[in-house]
Amino acid sequence: MLLLFVFALSIFLGFELISKVPSQLHTPLMSGSNAISGIAIVGAIFAAGHTSNPDLKTYLGFFAVLAATINVVGGYLVTDRMLKMFRVERRDSQ
Amino acid sequence: MTIASIIEFIYILAAIAFIFGLKMLSKAETARQGNLVSSIGMLMAVVATLVHQNVLSYQWIIAGGVIGASIGAIGAFRVKMTGMPEMVALFNGFGGAASLLVGLGEILSPGNISLIAISASYLAILIGSVTLTGSIIAWAKLAERMNTGAIFFKGQKYVNGLVATLLLVGGAIAVGALPHAMEIFLGLTALALVFGLLLVLPIGGADMPVVIALLNSYSGIAASAAGFAIGNNVLIVAGSLVGASGLILTNIMCKSMNRSLASVLFASLSDAPGKKKS
Repeated sequence: MLLLFVFALSIFLGFELISKVPSQLHTPLMSGSNAISGIAIVGAIFAAGHTSNPDLKTYLGFFAVLAATINVVGGYLVTDRMLKMFRVERRDSQ
Repeated sequence: MTIASIIEFIYILAAIAFIFGLKMLSKAETARQGNLVSSIGMLMAVVATLVHQNVLSYQWIIAGGVIGASIGAIGAFRVKMTGMPEMVALFNGFGGAASLLVGLGEILSPGNISLIAISASYLAILIGSVTLTGSIIAWAKLAERMNTGAIFFKGQKYVNGLVATLLLVGGAIAVGALPHAMEIFLGLTALALVFGLLLVLPIGGADMPVVIALLNSYSGIAASAAGFAIGNNVLIVAGSLVGASGLILTNIMCKSMNRSLASVLFASLSDAPGKKKS
């Protein structure tokens, strides 16, 4: 029940968090929030490390860690690259 | 303070970092710092999880992390500026895959987990699968690795409806029948992967940015479902933040294209006049 409470509040917060976004920021924002969805890495770590005798869940967890890390590391780096470019462009145009 | 409560506290800090990060990302002046704040939140969540008492061995975590970080970093640095959106789609697909695998791991491993956890695991599998294959198609269309036009067949809306019904009804039956329904879950996973293809293939390449924004929202919801599956707050908070804000962003992007979300998603499947637009 507490989890549901947390879920409901976060959904509402997510709806309220973003209102006016300049169109140049659409892609970076999408990319940045995509990196956050890589939070599945937490579940992946629990699965991959749940026992010292590897079983099916360990192997699924290994691939989950692999996939989630690609999402997290790649997501944050690519967002930073986009935003770095964005700043340079703005300075040039002024 | 026990280690467990310190970990919970760090999870709260991580959630706050995600909230501020997202807020800062939506303003031009603070966007880059926002991304940094959010990444620090992610680092905190990962480190806190690594010292959790339920994490007993590290070799598979380290192996997956090192390989994944290398692939992610190489992908992020090598992609050309013009190729960024499709790279985001691909990364997003991996996020969906992670939630899918976490859900599958919960269901397939023996042990008595609650009905709520099983249902949430199934949701994580379902949404994660759609995110995975849908994102791959979005990537392929944007990168022009495949025909970028709308690909669909006659009567596909009925097939899509049938598959969606099967996934829901089959899922309810399989959840009720555990632990004797492993094969059903694997079959449903395969079906959900196909469903992702069926949903995104009929959408034209020009609409892909909106689709990626929507799939990004899905991957957040999948992570949130995975959070319910393993009873972890930080997954639920971060996942539903991305799910909800992603939906808002999808809507904003639709509006800036003067389209409705329904017309983007279903234009070629219905006989609506919006068909030729994409």
